[in-house]
Amino acid sequence: MNFYVFLEGVISFFLIAGGTFAFIGSLGMTLLKDFYMRLHGPTKSTTLGIGCILIGSIFYFSTTQGQPVIQELLITLFLFITAPVSAHLLAKTGLHLKLEHVQKTRGKPVELHDDEVGVKPVLHPDRGH
Amino acid sequence: MIKPRPWLPLPLLSILLLVVWLMMARSMAPGHILLGGVLALVIPLLTYRFWDAQPHVKNPGKLLHYVLRVLGDIIIANLHVAWLIINPRQRMQPAFVEYPLMLEERFTITILASTISLTPGTVSANVRLDGKSLLIHTLDMEDEETLITTIRERYERPLKEIYEC
Repeated sequence: MNFYVFLEGVISFFLIAGGTFAFIGSLGMTLLKDFYMRLHGPTKSTTLGIGCILIGSIFYFSTTQGQPVIQELLITLFLFITAPVSAHLLAKTGLHLKLEHVQKTRGKPVELHDDEVGVKPVLHPDRGH
Repeated sequence: MIKPRPWLPLPLLSILLLVVWLMMARSMAPGHILLGGVLALVIPLLTYRFWDAQPHVKNPGKLLHYVLRVLGDIIIANLHVAWLIINPRQRMQPAFVEYPLMLEERFTITILASTISLTPGTVSANVRLDGKSLLIHTLDMEDEETLITTIRERYERPLKEIYEC
């Protein structure tokens, strides 16, 4: 019986930790200042949050069903494949639309320069524009 | 290593599909093995045109080591980012960094970009068309040199040893 109490504690720990991380990741969406920084919340904290919840789920169902349940590993696999790709596409879109970033951001990527090929025509003062 | 044949263009993908199918079905019944096997043969045949040539894994032991290292780093990065978000006296120093790529193949660059997005407070934002550099956005950077060296030594060099060499 003692073993099950211990296991319950472990499962609860993972569930609570997972929920906390997922919450902090979402909190980042409101607390962080610009689009590029907000991207970090969902790619990182949420990954760990869902990972913790899945570990809890593996323990719980493996115990109650008496045989190892490993389907959750598939969710992790899909998550690790899709999360970086969607983050990359969002970042790329942000760069393409030249979304603003906070002033203290260092580094000036060419994608955000105004004279890059884009919607606005390139001005050349020496050619009478 | 299984050699690709006309009816089996991507052996690794086929094996992966079969394993994933059996894990989803949660049974090893002959019917599921048959169905999964058929899918594992048909799906690569329909889609292999869209795939880049996958480089050969030269060093499976190093690959395992790399995967474990990335998993560990994901946990550390998560804690770091979570702390940055909830820390009330946050003094984040976001930055765009130009990362010069050493890798050449598109497949390995994809893996590196995904790794960078999952780990140390960074998101890979854009791959330049010439495939020579990667634009990275980081949430909190102390020093550009340090970041580039870290990524180079921790992720890119092992990847190069695993795939390209």
